Amino acid sequence: MKGTPIFFYIFVMWALIIGGGGLLVSIIAPLSIHGFGKLDSLIDSVVKAGIAMVLVVLWILVMSKIKNWIFHKQISH
Amino acid sequence: MLDKTIVGILISAIAFVTVYVITPGLINILTKRNMVVKDFNKPTAIMVARPGGPSILAGILASEFALYAFFPSNEILAIIITTSLAFLVGFADDRKVLGGWFKPLALAGSAAPIILLGVYYPHLAFPLFGSVSIPELYLGLIIFMIPVMGNSINSIDVLNGVASGFMTIASFALTICLFIVHNYDIALASLPLGFVSLAFYKYHKVPSRIFPGDSGALTLGAMYGTLAIVGHVEVIAAIALLPAVINSFLFLSSVKRIIEHRQIKAKPVVHTEDFRLMASDDKSAPVTLVRLILATGPMTEKQVGFVIFRLALFSAALAIITAFMMGIKI
Repeated sequence: MKGTPIFFYIFVMWALIIGGGGLLVSIIAPLSIHGFGKLDSLIDSVVKAGIAMVLVVLWILVMSKIKNWIFHKQISH
Repeated sequence: MLDKTIVGILISAIAFVTVYVITPGLINILTKRNMVVKDFNKPTAIMVARPGGPSILAGILASEFALYAFFPSNEILAIIITTSLAFLVGFADDRKVLGGWFKPLALAGSAAPIILLGVYYPHLAFPLFGSVSIPELYLGLIIFMIPVMGNSINSIDVLNGVASGFMTIASFALTICLFIVHNYDIALASLPLGFVSLAFYKYHKVPSRIFPGDSGALTLGAMYGTLAIVGHVEVIAAIALLPAVINSFLFLSSVKRIIEHRQIKAKPVVHTEDFRLMASDDKSAPVTLVRLILATGPMTEKQVGFVIFRLALFSAALAIITAFMMGIKI
């Protein structure tokens, strides 16, 4: 069927969204940072935002690698 | 519930009929004013009216104001104002070509009513795992989401009927998902988007009599993004829009900067002698969804459109599965 690799790419993207969400909710969100007094909540938010941004960059890199892998033949064509 | 069903039917009819009736008149006005552009995918020099944004906005406003008359809420006001502001951004770009950065920044500004009216819930809900509270980050997400949705629809508006047909599928999927997660009020407010897109598709499909232009595409995308935020279905909405998101991602990852499609020198798609579409073998041309679809061989414009619609249906199915998964916790 025409566009089959693209269907697969969409499916991988969907799985990564679900998996990434799970990581965010079950591991990163419950983390709490203490020991900085009044700055606790601020540092906590900054660290979590930083981890989330690193995850987004990682996600984009993974998608880019998968894109090159799936569409290698198409792109070189 | 019966009241809402009747109002749902009424606003759907208003949305569909408004666009269906107004668009032929708009085509005549635009043609008389010479507001036409060449359809580059046709063998002969066919000029097509542009932009169709005004009729799309008219359909949305007529139906959303009717809904507001029955069930007044800040959520509907946010949808109306944000969508109208996005239309103005697109209309300005239709009349005068603006820089690549102008649209994302101006669209970010048009998200302000969502924040000012406080119609958001700063939790990001994921299927199976629950939701996460991100009070400060969520404001950034709102400002980010409207430009991304608007530009994603705009970037997929490359062939006759694709933007409106794709939006019809994605927005009806969003409505179904809103019903599944029991958000009936926003599901009702989302109905006009699907019916406006469907009515516009009648004139936009191959061979197009009108193009939506930036004003039409950004209006559709911004309304979709606003519905996702006020309906608390951000992740589901993004999944239903994946083919358009992939198109933007492929484009950006190959050109590596934010620029307008019209600024690209090397075309990703060329024509065969019988004027079918064919993937360009120019290595400097950006990778796009259409170019990937055509990688297996030349196709007609209509055939490419149907492949994109199949991808949209696949994403819609994934979005609906995700909506069901929202009710399951592990």
